[in-house]
Amino acid sequence: MSTAIDAAGIRRRTQELLAAHPPAATDRTDFLKARFDAGLAWVHYPAGLGGLGASRSLQAVVDAELTAAQAPDNDPRRIGIGLGMAAPTILDYGTDEQKQRFLRPLWVGEEVWCQLFSEPGAGSDLAALGTRAVRDGDEWVVDGQKVWTSSAHVARWAILIARTDPDVPKHRGISYFICDMTDPGVEVRPLRQITGEAEFNEVFLTGVRIPDSRRLGPVGDGWKVARTTLMNERVSIGGARIPREGGMIGTVARTWRERPELRTHDLHQRLVTLWVEAEVARLTGERLRQQLVAGQPGPEGSGMKLAFARLNQEISGLEVELLGDEGLLYDDWTMRRPELVDFTGRDAGYRYLRSKGNSIEGGTSEVLLNIVAERVLGLPVEPRNDKDVAWKDLAR
Amino acid sequence: MTARSESARTESARTEPGRTPDLLYSEAEEDLRSAVRSLLAHRADAPTVIAGLESGTPYDPRLWESLATGIGAAGLLVPEKLGGQGATHREAAVVLEELGRSAAPAPYLTSSVVATEVLLALGAHDGPVGELLGDLAAGRKVAVLALPFAMSAADAAAAMTGTLERTVTGVAEAAAADVLLVPTEEGLFAVETTGEGVAVQPLVPLDLTRPLAGVTLTGAAGTLLAEPGPAAEAVSKGLLAGAGLLASEQLGLAEWCLTETVRHTRERHQFNRPIGSFQALKHRMAQLWLEVVSARAAARNAADALASGSPDTPLAVAVAQAYCSKVAVHAAEECVQLHGGIGMTWEHPAHLYLKRAKADSIAYGTAGRHREAVAELVELPAP
Repeated sequence: MSTAIDAAGIRRRTQELLAAHPPAATDRTDFLKARFDAGLAWVHYPAGLGGLGASRSLQAVVDAELTAAQAPDNDPRRIGIGLGMAAPTILDYGTDEQKQRFLRPLWVGEEVWCQLFSEPGAGSDLAALGTRAVRDGDEWVVDGQKVWTSSAHVARWAILIARTDPDVPKHRGISYFICDMTDPGVEVRPLRQITGEAEFNEVFLTGVRIPDSRRLGPVGDGWKVARTTLMNERVSIGGARIPREGGMIGTVARTWRERPELRTHDLHQRLVTLWVEAEVARLTGERLRQQLVAGQPGPEGSGMKLAFARLNQEISGLEVELLGDEGLLYDDWTMRRPELVDFTGRDAGYRYLRSKGNSIEGGTSEVLLNIVAERVLGLPVEPRNDKDVAWKDLAR
Repeated sequence: MTARSESARTESARTEPGRTPDLLYSEAEEDLRSAVRSLLAHRADAPTVIAGLESGTPYDPRLWESLATGIGAAGLLVPEKLGGQGATHREAAVVLEELGRSAAPAPYLTSSVVATEVLLALGAHDGPVGELLGDLAAGRKVAVLALPFAMSAADAAAAMTGTLERTVTGVAEAAAADVLLVPTEEGLFAVETTGEGVAVQPLVPLDLTRPLAGVTLTGAAGTLLAEPGPAAEAVSKGLLAGAGLLASEQLGLAEWCLTETVRHTRERHQFNRPIGSFQALKHRMAQLWLEVVSARAAARNAADALASGSPDTPLAVAVAQAYCSKVAVHAAEECVQLHGGIGMTWEHPAHLYLKRAKADSIAYGTAGRHREAVAELVELPAP
């Protein structure tokens, strides 16, 4: 790039966007499309793909200007998988045609994405997956079953990894595809959880035909592509900024203040200890964010998910106990299919049960502790016996 | 305090302060860290520290002179016009991280932080206060606050009792001090330890690297530095700064314990494998790492709040102490356990860190005392 774009330039472009499309008089989707086309969606992406090739830190300038002008945002919570996982992977590995086709509707929120990685037989050993993709001319024929798929019931597209060569060791025989969720052979079934609701799905793939033009990266290199996706997933988990008493600790602290009759000495000790730990976790997240802005990303992100999972579980457990008689009740066991996890809109019992998933989803706490030990602390890896064995010969 | 101002105060503590704290290290702070670390590596490696303890002379005057004067660490908090460096608690915190990492005996926290902060808070920059500050900043003298090491800022008001005729037990680093700052009901006095009627009796401390003593004053002469009101406030400020920056010492200590434990378990082989490859051990060290990075955020937040005079300071300090005490003790205990039998020996330095960590967890208020402060500040009252 010949001239670097600075904060003033970004601010000027944002003001031009607001002048041409006044938020009060513009349809939400139209505004978001115009924002994408102005390169202000994710400023660090290339020009023409929603960005300006600018520094990632300048996004904050755009966001502040647009928030001040009350412009609609693209609700990143709803399209989290597309934004956090699909988009960076398509940017890194997609063809020009794929980038042009997928990024704009993804960012605008017209097309929701889901992720077809996990399988009933694989779990944390993700690379052991058994969903097969067999080449048939210009197409791949996919058969298998995926699980824990959030948003599959509303998704238009999916990122999918499948086994294309069972005769080589498991990490080498995987390829990465973009799957059309409306294609014949894709069946989505709700998976009811311990909370009673069906936030996730099972996805059955039976003879699904995917054109080779919707492959991401070379055949057999899908594991490498998937690692890009997973790395971006963890970055997006650690990066959020929350206020003091944000998250679950705020809910239980409010109950404590409003309901003196519930207080006991034991609960007080535990509550204040957890308050301190929640505040320290918040500060640790803030420090991580400051490191990213300063261009010195630290490995703390790997740890943040561990901390939040444990805290959510302990705080929600305390909350149920604090409520005593009320803690014995549950708000609603009716099966629902929510688009989002809503920790604050439900009762304490729901929070307690749902938070049990926090140490499993997006990498179990045990796997994350291994990652910290090996990649951050440099401790020796455990001996493994699956590296040089063809996938088809592995014990299952 | 009226009910209204009470609720205004707690309301402001519950919400975030306006200014976002800077939780990183500046380039100047990293330079200071390198200088202190290199000095301590040369003058205070573990065998040297252990040999000093055994000879009954824990303080190495050459080490103190290099740290206080050569690097200028003693005067970091003191304005330049009083002979100091005109730096802040952020820089002093970095020095304490390194002192925690080496567990070297040096009266830095007690003299260059707590006593210095008390004197600065008196606001009298000429006369005996200014003169003493100049002496402390230049490393010519060491001063300690004649209060038990366990006392927290929350209990400082209760310290303003008695007269110059008294005995105080458990005073940290009194044996290394030239001057005692003695709170009494008549105000704060400076008492020379070499003067008539001053007896400093060394005690046998749990933490050998930070000696304790009993101080007995009988007919000692003192210079009045401040009246009771301002003195109580200054003592409280000094103890608050001590507690806040102690978190950085605990951070440095915990970091050393983790680093050494990782190093040891990578090298030590059992069952034909490095023991650091066993998941049961890896998970414990990964958990400890997470605690150390969290302690760093908490300690930096406290140092930055003290440096900027933020209204959030009492909460930032209480949070840091309530958290970092536990982390330092946990790190030291894991260090001993994961070193196996070696960790139980006198030759291996792990015991220095365990003793320091446990003593630190009581210094300037226990974690429980600081949690009580948190509960009050954020309005989470006990039943």
